[in-house]
Amino acid sequence: MAGFSLLLRRELRIAMRRRGDVLNVLVFFVIVASLFPLGVGPEPSQLRAMAPGVVWIGALLAAVLSLPRLFAADYADGTLEQLLVSAQPLPVLVLAKIAAHWLLSGLPLAIVAPLLGLQYDLPGDALFALMASLLLGTPVLSMLGAAGAALVLGARAAGALTALLLLPLYVPVLIFGAGAVNALLIGINPSAHFSVLGALLAVSSLIGPWAACAALRVALD
Amino acid sequence: MSEFLAMGGYGLYVWGSYGVALLCIVLDVLSLKK
Amino acid sequence: MLYKLASPQAFFPVAGTLIPWFGALAAALALAGLYVAFIVAPTDATQGEAYRIIFIHVPAAWMSMFLYLIMAGWAGLGLALNTRLSGMMASAIAPTGAMFTFIALWTGALWGKPTWGTWWVWDARLTSELILLFLYLGFIALKASIDDPLRADRAGAILALVGAVNVPIIYFSVQWWNTLHQGASVSLTRAPAMAMTMLTGMLLMALAAWMYSIAVSLARVRNIIQERERHAQWIQA
Repeated sequence: MAGFSLLLRRELRIAMRRRGDVLNVLVFFVIVASLFPLGVGPEPSQLRAMAPGVVWIGALLAAVLSLPRLFAADYADGTLEQLLVSAQPLPVLVLAKIAAHWLLSGLPLAIVAPLLGLQYDLPGDALFALMASLLLGTPVLSMLGAAGAALVLGARAAGALTALLLLPLYVPVLIFGAGAVNALLIGINPSAHFSVLGALLAVSSLIGPWAACAALRVALD
Repeated sequence: MSEFLAMGGYGLYVWGSYGVALLCIVLDVLSLKK
Repeated sequence: MLYKLASPQAFFPVAGTLIPWFGALAAALALAGLYVAFIVAPTDATQGEAYRIIFIHVPAAWMSMFLYLIMAGWAGLGLALNTRLSGMMASAIAPTGAMFTFIALWTGALWGKPTWGTWWVWDARLTSELILLFLYLGFIALKASIDDPLRADRAGAILALVGAVNVPIIYFSVQWWNTLHQGASVSLTRAPAMAMTMLTGMLLMALAAWMYSIAVSLARVRNIIQERERHAQWIQA
């Protein structure tokens, strides 16, 4: 446990020194959400219907954008190898990285999302559901994202490749995350959606870190 | 014979499907002759 | 005895002798299947001759899913047992699997246009096929982007396994999504009642596709073996 919080604090400290990186992702999220109305027209009812999907897709893209950084810097300067042979078990390291990633990208996105929802004229309860779905869903993006980031270490065109690998796997979270808010908008109780999101979080917490550990070992052999 | 090719008016779709499938298979096999 | 075949060197000639047999089986089954598809099967009451596309669309879709699982299986085997040949088999299967996925999507579109009026329907199965295509492409792209072949095999294996576990989850999610948004539109899967003739035709074509896939994968794995083992003595002999 001590190892986990040590690593987590290290990640956060490094991120604070590079605040630009974290803010970039947030700004990207806001810009993407603002582009959609420019592309499809300002009709309010159309925008309101699109809003959950647009915000969620923005979150997916922002996640994919921020993930290559997860292991890349440590891989390049040899820190990753050091961490691998240290006394800490690898899953602890990976979970610390995932936690840091979520705190620095998923959580901010979830907090900012209601503001974007207002731009799309979403009603109050939908705004709340939007934030809740993102709070539950963005950890899934980080869990699976760690596996994606680890797989592309040292590969060419890592950024685009990460997107290609992860976006199909993100489809279920997208469907149920945006679906929860969509359901609320048409008067259906979204509790089933939230249950599935919870299940997806549980499943991804097993698959993601396992795959990330395996991929890190493959990359550093 | 011309009836067969016309496929009741759906010739474009039916032969478009089988034709492209055949093309894909030919390309797949050709990719082996490196 | 089978363990001896686990070495690329031993497997190479065995694959070579098997390929013509599977190729011949594929051709024979395909001829039988096409005969049923175009001569035996009657014209459909509602869809006319257009429904004959089913004899290539459905077998292609079946193969695309089947091959993904086989590919993931080989990849997983290689990861668990550390056998080089298993990873090579996974690489050999991938392009053919992706091809069948593409054929399923293309024929699906050409079936949809005359029957339902649009080139594309966000039908649950077609949408899942599309995502499956992306999974294949991701696997192929990842392997292509890593220079060390052993590393590429093992990274690809992890990805294939994660994909395989996710395929049922993705399918279930897309089903859910589709039923909620289903308007008056119809689904391509609501095919006419499965007459024996149709089932026979589809099974024959599916078996043909399977034999074809084995033949092509064996040929492709031989190419991969030649490429990777090109410095070994037995290749140069």
